[in-house]
Amino acid sequence: MSWDNELLERAHKIIELYPQKRSALGPLLYLAQEKDGFISDDSIVEISNLVDITEVQVKSVSSFYSMYKEEQTGTYLLSVCKSISCEINDSRSVINSVKEFTGLENYETDQDKLFTFEEVECIGACGGAPAVQVNYETVEGLTPEKTIEMCEWLKNDKPEIIVADQLQNKFGGTKSFDWAIEDNTGSAYTVPGFQNIGTAKEKDN
Amino acid sequence: MKETLLLTKHMRAFPENSHNIEVYEKNNGYSALKKVLKEDNPENVINEIKDSNIRGRGGAGFPTGVKWGFLAEDEDRYLVINGDESEPGTFKDRILLERDPHQLIEGVIITCFASNIKKAFIYIRGEYAKPARRVQEAVEQAYEKGYLGDNILGTNLSLDIVVHLGAGAYICGEETALLNSLEGKRGEPRLKPPYFPAVMGLYNKPTLVNNVETISSVPWIINNSGKEYAKLGVEGSTGTRIFSLSGHVRTPGNFEIEMGKSFGEFVDTFGNGIKDDKKLKAYIPGGASAPWFTGDQLDIKMTIDDVANAGSMLGSGAVVVMDEDTNLVYAAKSIVSFFAHESCGQCTPCREGTTWLEMILERIASGRGRLSDISLLVDVCDNISPGLSWPPKMTTICPLGPSAVSPITSLLDNFSDELMKMLPTKIPIAQ
Repeated sequence: MSWDNELLERAHKIIELYPQKRSALGPLLYLAQEKDGFISDDSIVEISNLVDITEVQVKSVSSFYSMYKEEQTGTYLLSVCKSISCEINDSRSVINSVKEFTGLENYETDQDKLFTFEEVECIGACGGAPAVQVNYETVEGLTPEKTIEMCEWLKNDKPEIIVADQLQNKFGGTKSFDWAIEDNTGSAYTVPGFQNIGTAKEKDN
Repeated sequence: MKETLLLTKHMRAFPENSHNIEVYEKNNGYSALKKVLKEDNPENVINEIKDSNIRGRGGAGFPTGVKWGFLAEDEDRYLVINGDESEPGTFKDRILLERDPHQLIEGVIITCFASNIKKAFIYIRGEYAKPARRVQEAVEQAYEKGYLGDNILGTNLSLDIVVHLGAGAYICGEETALLNSLEGKRGEPRLKPPYFPAVMGLYNKPTLVNNVETISSVPWIINNSGKEYAKLGVEGSTGTRIFSLSGHVRTPGNFEIEMGKSFGEFVDTFGNGIKDDKKLKAYIPGGASAPWFTGDQLDIKMTIDDVANAGSMLGSGAVVVMDEDTNLVYAAKSIVSFFAHESCGQCTPCREGTTWLEMILERIASGRGRLSDISLLVDVCDNISPGLSWPPKMTTICPLGPSAVSPITSLLDNFSDELMKMLPTKIPIAQ
């Protein structure tokens, strides 16, 4: 399906931020992923027209970066860190508990399109290892038990907007540093919640 | 041993609202900008930075003032802030972005004033959604208050800032790869020469690329003078630095200290020692790319030059501590897997070599290793980084490939017994 006017309007607003159109390619790929849960062939055509490059050029970029997904993601993208600080603080047990709960292996999505599970490299939460991101919202200091609780909560409550601070308060432990500032904004898709691409969403209390 | 708070002072004093522009303004915020606008002498700003002797905080440690001096003349010049912090063990830029975004923005405006730049980009890694939101919110506040846009504070200075989100590629922390990424291309490092950013950077225009922590230091330096900054720390490593401490310590975190103290004192004071009263077996002094030190090397001073002379690097200032029960083969495998995953694939020694190293370590870690794997590891490492010397000799465009060699040489030099323990003791005889 091609992009509707609302999405095209957002795309043009993004393009205007940059001296050269092609710089908007990365942000536009996030719009594509917000729309379909992955980078569809239709979106590749749309984006190639928007920034005046060939479809192959778009594809060569989208396939380079790990946050652009080639297959449809579930509602919740569970990214478990396995880099050094997490590795030595037993991220394996967190990985195993996610696998056990969801029945998924690395990079798999369940049939209900609820969860996608991936093992990822460093997410910059080393002081709060082991750490996980849900739709790119970070939760630090997890245990295998809390990880399962978090998955259950996602499955049962199906929150529309994922907010790092809420995840941390409910399920997190040791943090990399004092987060201090209260935050109520997060992401509603399997892309980062960020104002410039129109994906930052505020949660009602 | 105490912290010296320059960059983290404001966020500590006002923990709940340090990100708010009014709170920042009330506490001396944007006063450095007002000072340079009043003096209206860009040359003076560059001289203050040179006097401070501050060296880049991203990992390479290049003198910032010198870098600014290299910027070629052109009508269009750019400043790009490198907030792609992805070096395993590092989370210092995250706290600066999240909790004191205006300090960075003020630094950006002053830098652009000094170098006659009208457009700046803050490139933040895609996984840092929350920090990016904070910075964008702060940028919008700064526009409203007249610190950004046309005729800043009534002067003829104009500047626009765009916050740009990456998409999950460690290699984009390499400055030329970052520029490619910002141009909407694959994050592949460019060859230097000719692509020195100061001459041929973003859109082939002269570009300054500086780390978040480096530019966050600019307001303090301007308010207090470069000479005052240079009094902190030690010669060659002036000022403070935010070290990220993680691993098997009791209290991990970011700690801002003057450079020059020993790693042992740092781990004891701020990490409060090792969890469960265990002994420290090894530590990484500067992020996953850095060769490891052993528990017997805790006297090494935390300066760029001392760490380099001891055979490693201070890098991004990430200290990762491993206790006596850590399986160092697993630890090395984790780091090597990281580099194999993050190799951009341009250069054969890195693309193939890191994958080979990962497979060999995987084989050893899973108990299927062979005695010949040791010489195979050395051979592959030698093809990526000839002679396995430090600093590494390069066969590749950027240092990512040689970085994957670091954990393996660390194992072989100091912990070969751990590697041997995981290999069969007898050579099977062919039947």
